[in-house]
Formats: sequence, C-alpha cells, structure tokens
Amino acid sequence: MFDYLFYASLAIFLLGFIYKISTWFTRHIGVFGNDTSTIKRILSAAKGIIHVIFSRRAISLLETFFLDVLFQRRVLRENAVRWLAHMLIFYGFMLLLLMHALENVVSEAIFSDYYSTVNPFFFLRDFFGAMVLAGVILAALRRYISKPQRLKTSRVDHYAIIILAVIMLSGIGLEGLKIVSYSEFQRMVEDYAGMDDEEEIQALEAVWVRDYGIVSPNLREPFEDDLIETGQEAHASNCMDCHASSKWAFNGYALAKVIKPVALWLDKIDSITLVWYIHIIACFIGLAYLPFSKMFHIIATPVSLLANKVMDPTTSSPANILTRQIIELDACTHCGSCSLHCSAAMIYEAIGNEYILPSEKMAFLKELASGKKLSESQSAAIREGVYLCTNCDRCTVRCPSGIRLKELWYSVREELVASEAPLTHVLSPYSFARGLIIQHGISADKYIHPIEAARQTVAGRFEKLINPEMAIPLNARSSLDPQLTIGDQTYSQCFSCQSCTVVCPVVGNYEHPEQVLGLLPHQIMCCLALGLTEMASGARMIWDCLTCYKCQENCPQQVEVCDVLYRLKNIAVEKADIN
Amino acid sequence: MKFALFQGCNIPARLEQYADATQAVLSKLDIELIEIADFNCCGYPARNTNYRAFVLSAAKNLAEAERAGLDMLVMCKCCYGSLKKAAYILSQDQDLKAGINQSLKKEKLEYKNSIQVKHLLSVLYHDVGIKRLKSSIANTYSGLQIAVSYGCHALRPSIITGFDDPVSPRIFDELVELTGAFSVEWARKLDCCGAPLTGVNDQLAMDMARNKISSATEAGASFICTACPYTHLQFDAVQSGLVSNPETQDPIAPILYPQLLGLCLGIEEKILGIGENKIDLSSISSFLMTE
Repeated sequence: MFDYLFYASLAIFLLGFIYKISTWFTRHIGVFGNDTSTIKRILSAAKGIIHVIFSRRAISLLETFFLDVLFQRRVLRENAVRWLAHMLIFYGFMLLLLMHALENVVSEAIFSDYYSTVNPFFFLRDFFGAMVLAGVILAALRRYISKPQRLKTSRVDHYAIIILAVIMLSGIGLEGLKIVSYSEFQRMVEDYAGMDDEEEIQALEAVWVRDYGIVSPNLREPFEDDLIETGQEAHASNCMDCHASSKWAFNGYALAKVIKPVALWLDKIDSITLVWYIHIIACFIGLAYLPFSKMFHIIATPVSLLANKVMDPTTSSPANILTRQIIELDACTHCGSCSLHCSAAMIYEAIGNEYILPSEKMAFLKELASGKKLSESQSAAIREGVYLCTNCDRCTVRCPSGIRLKELWYSVREELVASEAPLTHVLSPYSFARGLIIQHGISADKYIHPIEAARQTVAGRFEKLINPEMAIPLNARSSLDPQLTIGDQTYSQCFSCQSCTVVCPVVGNYEHPEQVLGLLPHQIMCCLALGLTEMASGARMIWDCLTCYKCQENCPQQVEVCDVLYRLKNIAVEKADIN
Repeated sequence: MKFALFQGCNIPARLEQYADATQAVLSKLDIELIEIADFNCCGYPARNTNYRAFVLSAAKNLAEAERAGLDMLVMCKCCYGSLKKAAYILSQDQDLKAGINQSLKKEKLEYKNSIQVKHLLSVLYHDVGIKRLKSSIANTYSGLQIAVSYGCHALRPSIITGFDDPVSPRIFDELVELTGAFSVEWARKLDCCGAPLTGVNDQLAMDMARNKISSATEAGASFICTACPYTHLQFDAVQSGLVSNPETQDPIAPILYPQLLGLCLGIEEKILGIGENKIDLSSISSFLMTE
C-alpha cells in the first residue's frame, strides 16, 4: 500500500515537474518576444547559460546562490520575522526530508550507526519538526491574525500552510500515540527484545510506564522498588542501546502527557494506523501536488534569482526575457511584499479594484499565461488594474524572489491595452512612463491605438461644435448630475473676458485651436453656466489641458478654470466607465 | 533642521541622481532627511480620473508625515502641487475630510493638518537662506548662463501653492545666481514643459518642450536648470528623442539644481550623478572656478 501510494505520487510529481519546466518554454505573456518558437527559446536559453558559465559573471552567480538562495537576504531585508519563519520552514523541512523521510537513502548511507530511535537522530527529528512547526505558526499568525493591510490570502496560501501543518502535526501525533501505546510496546518487545519471562516483561513494562510515558491497561503506579530494579536491568540489556528515552522526542512526549487520560481508548481503536495514514497521505499529496502549488517556488525562485542576476533588459535576448518572465510567474510566492509597499495602495483603497495590487496582478498573470479565458468584467478590471500603476518600481526593488515586476507590467500592459475595449486612464499622467519608455519599443500604431480609443470614448457630441453651420442647442441640459465639488461652481463667475483662453499655451499652440480642441477654456466655462455639462466634458480641450494653471492664475473673476477641467475629466471617466 | 523626504514615484525609478544630489547637498547644510517607507503616490496621476483616489493618496502621505512629526520636503513640483492642493481641499471640505479620515483609520492614521509641505527650493531659500548658502560655497561659476524652469505646479495656483510670486518669481533665479551663474531672462521661463501630456498627447507635449528649448537657447543659456523630475525627464529623455530627429535644434542639457549647487559646495561629480543624464552635461565643470 505504502509503496503504491509512494510511487504513484512520485510519478505525478515527476510528470508535473517536467510539465512545469516545459511551460517555461511554451507559454507566452505580454507583447515582447512573443514571436519566438519553443525550440528557439530552448536553444537561446542554453546559449545564454553556456555564455554565463564561461564568463566572469559565473562568480557573481555564486554570491546570489549563497546570499539570496541559501541565506535569503532579500526576505531578511523585508522583515526579520518573516525571514525567521521562512528559514525555519525551509531548513527544518529540508533536514526532515533528508534525515527522516529519505532515511533509507540518505541517513543510512551517511551514518553507519543510524537508527531513528537513537540520539542524536531521535532528538533531531523532533527538533527539525519543531522548526517547521514554529515557522508555520509564524506564517499563519501573519496570514490570519496580524493581517497587514492589503495582504491578500488566497487558496494557494491556505493550501501551503495547511499541507505543512497537517504533515507536521500528524507526525507529532503519530509519535505521541506511539509513546503512550501499550500495543506498540508489546510489538517492540516481541520484535526486538527476545524476552520470554512474563515477570521480566512486566517489570520492563513498569519501567516504561513510569519513565517513558506508556499507558498500560495492566499496571498502575506506584511500583515497588524491586519491580523497577528488575525492569531497569531488562531495559538496559534489551532496549537502551537502540532506543533513547522518549523524553528526547519532546514534541511527541509533550503530546503523550496530554492524551494520557484517553490513551487506552486511542490504542484500542488503532489510532496509530489512522494517523500514520494521514501523515503519509499528506506527505504524498504534498509531493504529488508540489509542481502545481506555490511550493514549486522551491525550484522556480532560485532559478529566477540567478537568471535576474545575470540578465539585463537591454542586452538579453527577447526570447530569454520572455522565458524568464514565465519562470518568474512560478517564482512568485504570493508573499504580498509588493502590495504592502505599492505606491498605488491608496488608489486601490479608493477604487477597490484588487488588480491594482501587484501580488494580485501576478496571481492573475499566472492564469492568463496558462491560457485561461477571461470574463468581460474580469478583463475590464485587470486592464484598469494594470494601468493604475505609478511606475515607481518599488515592487521590483522589494520582491524577495527578485522578480522584475515592472518589466512584466510593461509587457502585459501593452497586451491588455491593445484590446478593443478602451481604457480612459490612458489619458492621464499614469501614461508618462509609457510615453517615456515603451513608446520606443513598439510600433507607432500599437502605441497610439489605446490613446485614440480612449479619446473616442470620452469624446462628446462634437458635430455641432466643429461644424460652424450648425447651431448649438442651448436647452440641451445634461441629464448627468455634474457632481461639482468645492470651488467648481466658480464657473458661474465667468464674464467671458477670455483671459484663460488667451494665456492657455495649448490654445496658443494651434492656428485653429477650436478645430483641434472643440471648445476653448472660456467656452467651456460658458457651457457649464448654461448647464451643458455633457457638451463641456466632451470637448477635447479638457484632455489636452496641460494643467499648468495659467488660466486659473490669470482669471480676474477667480474662476478655478483648471480645476473645473479636472472635474470634467473625472465626470467623463465616470460616465465612460458606466457605459 | 529635519524633514521627511518625499521623493514620489519618478525619482527612485528613473532619476536617482536627483535624490543622491539632494541628500549630498542637504547633508552639507546640516539638514537631516528622514525616509518614510510608507509614503506612497502623491495622487497626481489620479487627478484626471478619480478625485477621491487623488485626495486619499495625498492625505495618506500628509498623515504619515504628521505621525512622524515632520514637515515634508518634496522634490517633485507635481507632487508638491498635488499635496498642497489636497491639503487645501481638506481644509475646505469637512465632509470629504471626514470620509478620508475614515479610510485612513484602516491605516491607523489620521490627518489633522498639522505639518507643512515644502519644496526643496523653498527649504533652500527660506529655511537655509541665501546668506548661509553663500558662505558654504567653495567654488563659483564664471560665464555660465542658466535658464531656470520654474515648474507650473509649484507656481500656480499661487493662492494654494504659496511658492513664489506667480508673475515674477525670484527664488529659483536667486538660488542659481548665488553660485556665480547668470540666470537669463527668457520668454518661456514660467511655461509648461509638456510632461503632463507625455504619453497622452506626445506631439503637444513635445511642442511645449521644443518651445521652451528654443526660448532658452535664444536667451543664450547653456543649460536649463530644473528642480522637478517630470521637467527634468522631459528635457533629458524626451528631448534626446527629439534630437534623433534631424529637424530639431541643438540640444540643451538640463541640470538639476542640487547638481548645480553641489559642484559649488565641492561635492564630487560622481556623487551628484552628473554622468547620469542622457544629454551630456559634463561641460558644466568647465565653468567652475576653483580657488
């Protein structure tokens, strides 16, 4: 049974592992490097690796391997408690895996005198287990109790904590049950002691009841000194050499103390077998599911850290950058560091779109890369989320896995804004980095498309404005509540002196400004006074406003012209979002 | 003197030399700068699309500085304008303030309006003072003509920003002239650099930049002095894009004010990041007279 389960889960693990590695070369994300075939990507990666190995950069990889992979200094830089938790889990689990889970393969090969019930191994198993458990408790406290603002805990995080907790707790449970178990004692006496004198066995039993935590259905403390003395002799000659005192297994021993009152019943119902199944099945699930869970970061994160150490956006091949980005999706542990430091945090709080938070964008990108189809609303939300980024690069600086999130955003943003549905946020300084950096990396058509699409969406009923033959109906009051706030009502003070229009550098930039801009600043104020909010907010002028505030500064009537234009933009965006 | 340093988003990501030069200069002048890790976006990019997102972002920063009990030293003119505007809005609109504070409660913050927002240039001019600056200077420039770009969001609306006289400002000119450089009069001195529309209407943004560049060149300036990352990037990265276009005029390099001042204070070029510009400004040191 054990073997079947083991080999089945090992097979799933290996197939999953191979599958996941293959996706590094087959999946696509974003717009850059997307035209390269899988074969080319594999060759390109191999070439890149060989290049690095035979260059000076190989030494810098060692630094990354020791400091970032083994010592995890990026996690330490984030938070000392999180680092402690992660180190405890990582090293505790690795040592348990090697010494305990793989004892037949590893421990017995290295230590000729290895025996799981002999010290130091007997103690170390519990010590490593306690390390992992302490780490898991710290992680759970962070996720479920202290809950920092904007730390999102999803299915993948619950799974990681639960699987580790179940493995550790069932292991300790198994140990505790074995310590108190009378039938376990009988089995071991039969198997190892080779004793046949009933009285002697009873004396041994008394010693184990008194000193080692066994709960016996036959014997009760206190025992006579003679009995104990006989028992101790039997213990010395039959048990002691191969079995350290159960007190060394401190987790199990503590549990044994707790379950003592119900120990006989637990033994009777064969709870050892039950908990043993829970323990090994949890281990096998952990193994089989590892490539598909966030635990896969054990593999992907070191690869990502090492790759990022030697790669550079300007010199690395686009094929390799794409491959690295797919690896980075696996390297993300959803730890939330990026979201905790995100500059757009308050924009998220005001708007409530979770995709503004980098950690949630990453979770989404994993699904996107795996080919998941999006619903209309999801697609709109992610487009907005990926654009409402102030491009401060803090997520990239902070990421403990060394993921270059900013490059992912650049690439994915272009993929998402290329779609048909327009995004009004494009018409704002969020676009500064796009204009500064991305513009030169993509075709002019692709660059201009989202801007034009957004302009179309917010453009008002222009015909009557552009065509001088047509009269503007002054009774076309907007049904839209203008929602003007403090200061915005100042348009009513406008007496059309046109100072705002005269000083406006945008108006001054064109020979026929009204043809380009639709309405000029003073006309917009006039529209508002007539209640033509919709017409005013449809003028191109409001989006071409440089917000230099010259109009406002120069207005003799203290009309807050520039701020009114800001407000109109807000209204137009709201209206476009509703539609 | 001690301030909470507000770098905003552009400087750490794309203009680190501005922060480096500012830190180097201010430490020479015994001003201590405290970095507050929980500062976030000033709200400026959100102003076009979402009023509440803008005010909340700004208010969070103001409240963080209040918690630290420090006035803010802002390096970006657009951040400065945004923070000043938000503080003004919150002083006028009590309902909004209550709502914003409701949201800030989740961050264990409250905005009370107890600290001042100052731009780097105001701190140098008002808090350190021209006299102190002059006495700290080791080297001065000779024959150097500088065009100062004031930056719209610091100057206007003056009733809110309170930076300087909006029609004939002097602060930046005087700060430049104390280095021995000559601050030229130029027609486009108070105009927009175009950065707010970079990425939105690039043609218009470049027209604005180009107008300023020709105006500065006509006035005989060798460099444009900036104290705002948007303006600086507009004149550096965006202009360098223009330069590749043969129709455009000779480039004029932008220099950040703390870089200009830093050289006079005897700070090394490397620390000031003189070499980090896209448009070479290394010729600046040839104007420096060492005593």
